[in-house]
Amino acid sequence: MEALLNALPGWTLLPETVQTVGVIVAQIVPILIALTLCVAYLTYAERKVIGYIQNRIGPNRVGYKGLLQPFADVLKLMLKEVVVPTNSNRFLFVIAPLLAIIPAFATWAVIPFTDSFVLADINAGLLYVLALTSVGVYGVILAGWASNSKYAFLGAMRSAAQIVAYEIAMGFALVGVLMAAGSLNLSEIVRAQAGGTLMSWFWLPLLPLFVVYFISGIAETNRAPFDVAEGESEIVAGFHVEYSGMAFAVFFLAEYANMILISALTALFFLGGWLSPFAGLPVLGDTFLAESGFFWFALKTALFLFCFLWFRATFPRYRYDQIMRLGWKVFIPVTIIWIFVLGGMVYLEIGPWAR
Amino acid sequence: MIGHILFFSLAAVLLGAAIGVITSRNPVFSAMFLVLAFFISAGLWLLLEAEFLAIVLVLVYVGAVMVLFLFVVMMLDINLAKLREGFARYAPVGVVLSLVIVALLANVFWFRAQDTPLMLTPELRSADVSNTRELGSVLYTEHVYAFELAAVILLVAIVAAITLTMRRRPGLKAQNVARQVAVRRQDRVRLVKMDADKE
Repeated sequence: MEALLNALPGWTLLPETVQTVGVIVAQIVPILIALTLCVAYLTYAERKVIGYIQNRIGPNRVGYKGLLQPFADVLKLMLKEVVVPTNSNRFLFVIAPLLAIIPAFATWAVIPFTDSFVLADINAGLLYVLALTSVGVYGVILAGWASNSKYAFLGAMRSAAQIVAYEIAMGFALVGVLMAAGSLNLSEIVRAQAGGTLMSWFWLPLLPLFVVYFISGIAETNRAPFDVAEGESEIVAGFHVEYSGMAFAVFFLAEYANMILISALTALFFLGGWLSPFAGLPVLGDTFLAESGFFWFALKTALFLFCFLWFRATFPRYRYDQIMRLGWKVFIPVTIIWIFVLGGMVYLEIGPWAR
Repeated sequence: MIGHILFFSLAAVLLGAAIGVITSRNPVFSAMFLVLAFFISAGLWLLLEAEFLAIVLVLVYVGAVMVLFLFVVMMLDINLAKLREGFARYAPVGVVLSLVIVALLANVFWFRAQDTPLMLTPELRSADVSNTRELGSVLYTEHVYAFELAAVILLVAIVAAITLTMRRRPGLKAQNVARQVAVRRQDRVRLVKMDADKE
């Protein structure tokens, strides 16, 4: 990327700070475009997958096999009017979708796509991820409050309580990852899982944390079966009931970007990120299957994304008090107990900690 | 140079946000100004290369505490007129309190820090020095007793808060979720096999 910019006429004459900023922006833009396209096709994949699960075909009219459907949807939403309800708080009403989408995109700064490509290789990457994912709830809460609608408000209240509950379980699950890897840097966490086939990844020694993390991730993104913040059978559409047009599309974008984010993070923390599961197998030789790279990271992320869609098509929505019970009374004790087990394993040098 | 520009602009926004917290009429706006203030303080800490503190501030205060605050502020039906009733009565106490705080701050800034220059630039460390690791190495060795003591006090506070809210009200119809979840199909559904009716 830097070489490309250096080829521009007059680029090297610019001050050094401007050049640095230029390089960073030139890296951000491709990531954002790729992410937005992924979101667009995730919505398509969702409708197709759930369609086939329910013995339907799904979208198949716009373009070949319906492949242009996401663009048709975006076009429709862009042309629609954004209605601001009377007596709503206009400023917060407009800013709420932005507050939802900024953290969803900003977290991608620390995600290592391959061994060498990461936008910001910061020391406290894991903490940064936790902090930003917890900030995303403001969009939902403010949207619910600013809409001046009872349904939206109920959705916001539910979402706030739910996210605070599952944030804790998620944080504890990541404490386990931190203990296993000995670093807060996401690239280091993946490198700590290297050195073998898929049995050396963290999913096996941290199995309960892995399960808790992924389920909490589903709850954090307000996806079925934890989508009580939307709950269309109870509170119409929850927090975004008053939103239309592009404002609604931005919420939609944030939700799907968060889904991809949670899937990517689960792949990084527990399934070895870009590492190949067949590394060191003599049968494969040095084909691309044995090599670590972006291909494997994308494949693992896609696997978890499929699980998101699969769960949505399979499970009925949780009742609200049961969600709270699961978060506080099941997940948090499970993670705390497993952190103690993990401490014992590290201390006694069992399993992956045998030196 | 850039550090100074960043510091002063962040500080200006921080002061503005802090003033916004106490002057805005709507408590939800006050809470949001406080969130902004936390973010800016995190930025100031980042300028001091204390990334652990900065991120944990956002994580704990913005991500959890302020969400609960907003939750409560939105739920409560706050009557502003009633809140303002006692303003004149309590104003002297507030003035005295703020004077004491100003005096304390002045003590720190003018008298105790007279020898050190005001714009003290901390020594820049290389990028691979982990703030988290350094904090941990002090927290769990030198200050381990204080740390554990704080943990126990927090635990006691949690237990106390839960005990205060746990009360049994007679006649309350609550579901036993554990029993509901434990229900199996055999307890609820009886499958009856019968021959089809033949006319």
